[in-house]
Amino acid sequence: MGHAVAQPPRPPEPAPSPADDERLARRSPVRRLLGRPELGALLGAVAVFAFFSVAADAFLQASSFSTVLYASSTFGIMAVGVSLLMIGGEFDLSAGVLVTTSALIAALVSYQLTLNVWAGVVVSLVLTLLLGMVNGLLYVNTGLPSFVVTLATFFMLAGANLGVTKAVTGNVATDSVRDMDGFDSARAVFASDVDLAGVNVNVTVFWWLLLVAAATWLLLRTRTGNWIFAVGGAAASARAVGVPVARTRIGLFMGVAFCAWLSGMHLVFAFATVQSGEGVGNEFFFIICAVIGGCLLTGGYGSAIGAAIGAFIFGMTNKGIVYAEWNPDWFKFFLGAMLLIATVVNLIVRRRVERAP
Amino acid sequence: MTAAPGPNPSPEPPTGASPEPSSGASARGDGPPLVRLTGVGKNYGSVIALRGVSLEARAGEVTCVLGDNGAGKSTLIKIVAGLHRHDSGTYEVAGEPVSFASPRDALDRGIATVYQDLAVVPLMPIWRNFFLGSEKRRSLGRLDVGHMRRTTRRELAEMGIDLRDVDQPIGTLSGGERQCVAIARAVHFGARALVLDEPTAALGVKQAGVVLRYIVQARERGLAVVFITHNPHHAYPVGDRFLILKRGRGIGHHSKSDITRDELTALMAGGAELEELAHELKAASAGGAGAAAARELTRQAKDLGITGKP
Repeated sequence: MGHAVAQPPRPPEPAPSPADDERLARRSPVRRLLGRPELGALLGAVAVFAFFSVAADAFLQASSFSTVLYASSTFGIMAVGVSLLMIGGEFDLSAGVLVTTSALIAALVSYQLTLNVWAGVVVSLVLTLLLGMVNGLLYVNTGLPSFVVTLATFFMLAGANLGVTKAVTGNVATDSVRDMDGFDSARAVFASDVDLAGVNVNVTVFWWLLLVAAATWLLLRTRTGNWIFAVGGAAASARAVGVPVARTRIGLFMGVAFCAWLSGMHLVFAFATVQSGEGVGNEFFFIICAVIGGCLLTGGYGSAIGAAIGAFIFGMTNKGIVYAEWNPDWFKFFLGAMLLIATVVNLIVRRRVERAP
Repeated sequence: MTAAPGPNPSPEPPTGASPEPSSGASARGDGPPLVRLTGVGKNYGSVIALRGVSLEARAGEVTCVLGDNGAGKSTLIKIVAGLHRHDSGTYEVAGEPVSFASPRDALDRGIATVYQDLAVVPLMPIWRNFFLGSEKRRSLGRLDVGHMRRTTRRELAEMGIDLRDVDQPIGTLSGGERQCVAIARAVHFGARALVLDEPTAALGVKQAGVVLRYIVQARERGLAVVFITHNPHHAYPVGDRFLILKRGRGIGHHSKSDITRDELTALMAGGAELEELAHELKAASAGGAGAAAARELTRQAKDLGITGKP
């Protein structure tokens, strides 16, 4: 049977190890908890929540909570794809404008060809996934850093969004698809809301939670997840043991594209028209969500749940500043400060994890 | 050969769904060697990294490849492992000519390679590293985490690494233990030939000993082991055959019975290099301790009987 061939008889239990002194110290449960990627983000979320609860009277109202949830979900959906990509060791700077591209495709295709909006939704899905694949293929085949590759596609997409929209509609926004066939059903799927226990919850929140759950399962309980961690952690080692590194990377870029499509569909059916200049700069917010959530910029470490908590922190800060009636100009300052704190915490965590005995 | 897996701490079969290693005996003895390179060459652009190198690795033997830095050891191993294709010569696995496009192809033929620096993904848990690229799955693509944890623990226990927590990142293990995990992984997944790239290079004496012990174990299990090293003191005790590389060529092919450790050391270092080293020492420090050291070196080279010879 298998590897037992030619194997001398062995005692069933390992003999008392003679090599105790070569072994590492045991990790206590506390240290193991500290090693969780989500921990820093969770502590941060509690701190931010407590802070705004005290600083802003309106923050604890149900309506405020629903606003915070909504803001968190719109960024959280993208943060799922971006965090997986980051665990795989890469960036996608085109993620922000890709959302707009996806929305524009759906709106333009439906309106200009006078189709049911669902046709536009499907065409948009296919084309957006293809754009994600182009990012992946460019990265895999050129060997350039993903930062550079996606910076290039970011500018190209930003220009194309504006150029194509103006050429087709003569305007910087698309025509309204509100009266097109299928709008109501599509709106129900991508942009409706329900009341849950007095809190108005947008459907994006459910999409967000569903994506986080799916991504977490993918990461921790599937072969693909194993490959994502390995490709981000040590691509050469992964390749040497037979992991399809290029395929995994391309898949990750397509994952970001899928999230961009979902976000784009929300834009289309929430507002009926799409502004072609939107989305620029959002890619950094997605990255911030992932990093605050414990993803290492260098890859190989992180979690989708952490990214979700990061998005929640982002949503709380975004809206909390409004409720506290501060000058919203300071929002980005806080965001930057949080990013700094989060990365320092991550650095400490990684040193702890990587430290050899 | 013990056909039964022997008393087993776990109720399940030791190899699970992993591919069956061939019955070791097929390539042992008279048959064609498991791995045979004949007159293999490799160029990187205008740089000739390897030319006319031949290598044989038989089941149940350790074939050592020795050479200084830049001798072509890495290139040779990359060809065997499937990371590079050879430009000339032939590469046969169990008598069948092959040309691998990727390490996966080599793995599918039972040739597993453990690299000094590419062995593991440091941030991933030990059990995930152990099964990386050969994950055991249940229905719906779910990972069989319980099985993988148990198997990892058992396989490592068998080689004397007793871990209570296979969930710790493998980066927290010592260098020797990491090499052992990578070797155990290759053996578990049915490797017939095991290629080890400088497994002892970055290790202390004690840890190198652990790895050497495992090389002997792998040989006893009937694997063909190719052991790349620049240290004749590590190679000689475990090796059955020795191939010495120099500047991309094979300069000696010996079995253990016709070479002593000192001769091996001498071949490795090369008399010319030792003389050159002595000369440099002398030139750098006229007289004094430097000259004494140079004299010592020359005397050693003479003792090894290598002065003047290539």
